[in-house]
Amino acid sequence: MNKNDAIVEDNVGSQSGDTMLEVRSITKKFGDLVANDAVSLKVTKGEIHALLGENGAGKSTLVKMLYGSLQPDGGEIVWHGNRVEILTPSQARNTGIGMVFQHFSLFDSLSVAENIALSLGKENDLRDIGQKAREVSEEYGLPLQPDTIIGDMSVGERQRVEIVRCLLQNPELIILDEPTSVLTPQEADNLFETLARLKSEGRSILYISHRLDEVRQMCDHATILRHGKVVGECTPANETAASLANPMVGEEVGDVSRAAVTTSAGDVLLELNNVNQPAPTPFAIALRDVNLKVRAGEVVGIAGVAGNGQSELFDAVSGETLSLQNSDIRMRGNDCGTLGITGRRKLGAAFVAEERLGHSAVPDLSLSENLVLARHGSDAQTFLGMGSLGVIRKNVTRQVTKRIVEEMDVRKSGEDPDASSLSGGNLQKFIMGRELDRQPSILVINQPTWGVDAGAAQKIRQAVIDLARSGSAVVVISQDLDEIMEISDRIAVMSDGSLSEPENAETITREDIGLKMGGLGHG
Amino acid sequence: MLMTEAILLTIFTAATPLMIAALGELVTERSGVLNLGVEGMMIMGAVSGFAVAQLTGSAYLGALGGIAAGALFSLLFAFLTLTLVANQVATGLALTILGLGLSGLIGEGFVGQPGVKMFPIVIPFLSELPLVGKLLFSQDAIFYFSIALLIAINWFLFKTRAGLTLRSVGDNHKSAHSLGIDVIKIRYLAVMFGGACSGLAGAHLALVYVPQWVEGMSAGRGWIALALVVFASWRPFRILVGAYLFGAVTIAQLHIQAIDINSLTFLPSWLFYLAELIKAIPSQFLSSLPYIATIVVLVIISRNRRLTLINTPASLGKGFVPDR
Repeated sequence: MNKNDAIVEDNVGSQSGDTMLEVRSITKKFGDLVANDAVSLKVTKGEIHALLGENGAGKSTLVKMLYGSLQPDGGEIVWHGNRVEILTPSQARNTGIGMVFQHFSLFDSLSVAENIALSLGKENDLRDIGQKAREVSEEYGLPLQPDTIIGDMSVGERQRVEIVRCLLQNPELIILDEPTSVLTPQEADNLFETLARLKSEGRSILYISHRLDEVRQMCDHATILRHGKVVGECTPANETAASLANPMVGEEVGDVSRAAVTTSAGDVLLELNNVNQPAPTPFAIALRDVNLKVRAGEVVGIAGVAGNGQSELFDAVSGETLSLQNSDIRMRGNDCGTLGITGRRKLGAAFVAEERLGHSAVPDLSLSENLVLARHGSDAQTFLGMGSLGVIRKNVTRQVTKRIVEEMDVRKSGEDPDASSLSGGNLQKFIMGRELDRQPSILVINQPTWGVDAGAAQKIRQAVIDLARSGSAVVVISQDLDEIMEISDRIAVMSDGSLSEPENAETITREDIGLKMGGLGHG
Repeated sequence: MLMTEAILLTIFTAATPLMIAALGELVTERSGVLNLGVEGMMIMGAVSGFAVAQLTGSAYLGALGGIAAGALFSLLFAFLTLTLVANQVATGLALTILGLGLSGLIGEGFVGQPGVKMFPIVIPFLSELPLVGKLLFSQDAIFYFSIALLIAINWFLFKTRAGLTLRSVGDNHKSAHSLGIDVIKIRYLAVMFGGACSGLAGAHLALVYVPQWVEGMSAGRGWIALALVVFASWRPFRILVGAYLFGAVTIAQLHIQAIDINSLTFLPSWLFYLAELIKAIPSQFLSSLPYIATIVVLVIISRNRRLTLINTPASLGKGFVPDR
């Protein structure tokens, strides 16, 4: 037997002929955390099977075990009626299981053909792979240039590479991990056509997503996970988005409440005037003539597919990259394009960056220390004592930390734990609370609820809206279109470094936004 | 003419160890491991190469001894940084310090003894070509090997599957792991290859360059080799250019010191003044030229971030711990 083939242990009895994969009470523990607790599911031939659940529900852990990147602690995997052990990804591929990852699986400095070659077996000649990749990519309507370096490609194109790479292995079961989270609506439609075609060829697809609408449209079955356990199975087409969401969350998710904008004629608090900036790295985006005016009392949402200049825009507004001209950016009537972060914060602005650990917070420092780090410049009188010595006032920082924790309902262990010990959602709540506690008159947030569970997300969104209604100007950059639609008063779209004119959220449609995301519809 | 030829020959001899050590380190770094212990591995190669040649009487066995010593010594680095995931920078520095000390201890009994010299292999006919004949075709075996090594490494890295796998590990070890590539094993092999090359470079010093054992005889060449890898922006053929450039600088510095300025009075006056000017440059400045050149190149290539990012191994120096 080839050592790369999965170990077939025994034939486990008669199976109905069309069950391709069966998972029987599989369990995986990481220390005390039970990531998968006796999870079972069945995938039949030629179906699209959805795997639903919040972040941290155990979806990724489950598929990693199917793909051989992780080993289960208990339970079994049955493939075409035979119990199998999948020890490595190459075994999974030889068995007929392919996977399209959401992140981190392409090599930026290598070409498309080289990336594909790495995942194919040794029997493939390096020189033929480019040609093969081109053929398969055209066959499935996913055009690719084999010599392009991955680092130069857009996120959508990179996903095409991932899919073509997977298809070249001719898998029977394809696992897709949140494939549409990085795509424009139009790119997603193309993907759905490809998936329908794969299904018609008799392949099965295990589809991880949190976008319930697309699951309802496309998937034949769904398994819902919560806290590592299966909490529901259903046929999505017979369900509503709400009836799918409730078991995922385990509680009824309320809508955020939004009073009408009362101060529609509020003063312009934040102003960007023709902000231009060259791309700082080859894999970044240049900002081109970005104009934006945000008034007191409103939330402006900035939609867009990841990697279209949102992070660069955030850096420009927050002062992490300085503008060339002081008048490019104005806050509360002051030119501050060449003013640093602390200077801008002193003008009453607050910023929440995308990356929680390592950017917004230092992982190995406690919450109160992170609080001082963020605010010692703008609130020196509050936190530092003894004049120019700048000794930290421990009791004040503890009090303020406590206030934030209570205000934002941050769940933590211990009095003042390290930032890295908090879950993503709770850390994000703390970071939001840290900024909101200052009552900023300008707030700019990048991806406020990325990787945050629904309950915490709702809390954060409500806090953002409440801040705006109390007379602050708020900018929310997000890839989550639902979130943008939910909380924004006006919506602008970022595409390839340009920002569209903001439009009223009541009148703009998803189709409009989708076209603008793809770089069309600018005018 | 003869004088020029002799000077050129010494440049070749000075460049060969730099090139071999830098090529080895290039392979190591392409796999994502930064081994700053080149100097230490080189001096271990030098003392072992000298000792084996002394004991067996064969310079070739000496070269093999150098290779083995370098590879073994790098195994220590690999174990600490790959298996125990120690910090690569600190471990590399420690390896250099350890190598310098340990080689002194091992070589104590060999100080002052005459060495076994590796004699040139004269290739018939080709060596009689005008100009290049003597330079390229009547050299020692290690020189020929260094050229073959350069071509082989370039071919390996960019034309073979194994080379592609090695580059992928250096670019993104997480992705490589998720494809089922054994990151740790590949890095072990790459580190040991780098060690073997450094060892051979050291043996070259003790068997060809100065056939003798002198404590600390690597004299900073390991650091120059490290700088060369960056200078070459991780491309093998640029190492050839860099090694000969840096070799030439080293030799020029020696010769400039030896020139008697009064013997040049026959030159036209402007040339004479130029020579006087060059001679006025302190030799310390000349010997620091390779490092200055590396900094200049770093500044120049970092102007073009795209090219830098594509050639620089993205996981260079980062430890890798696989998921359970």
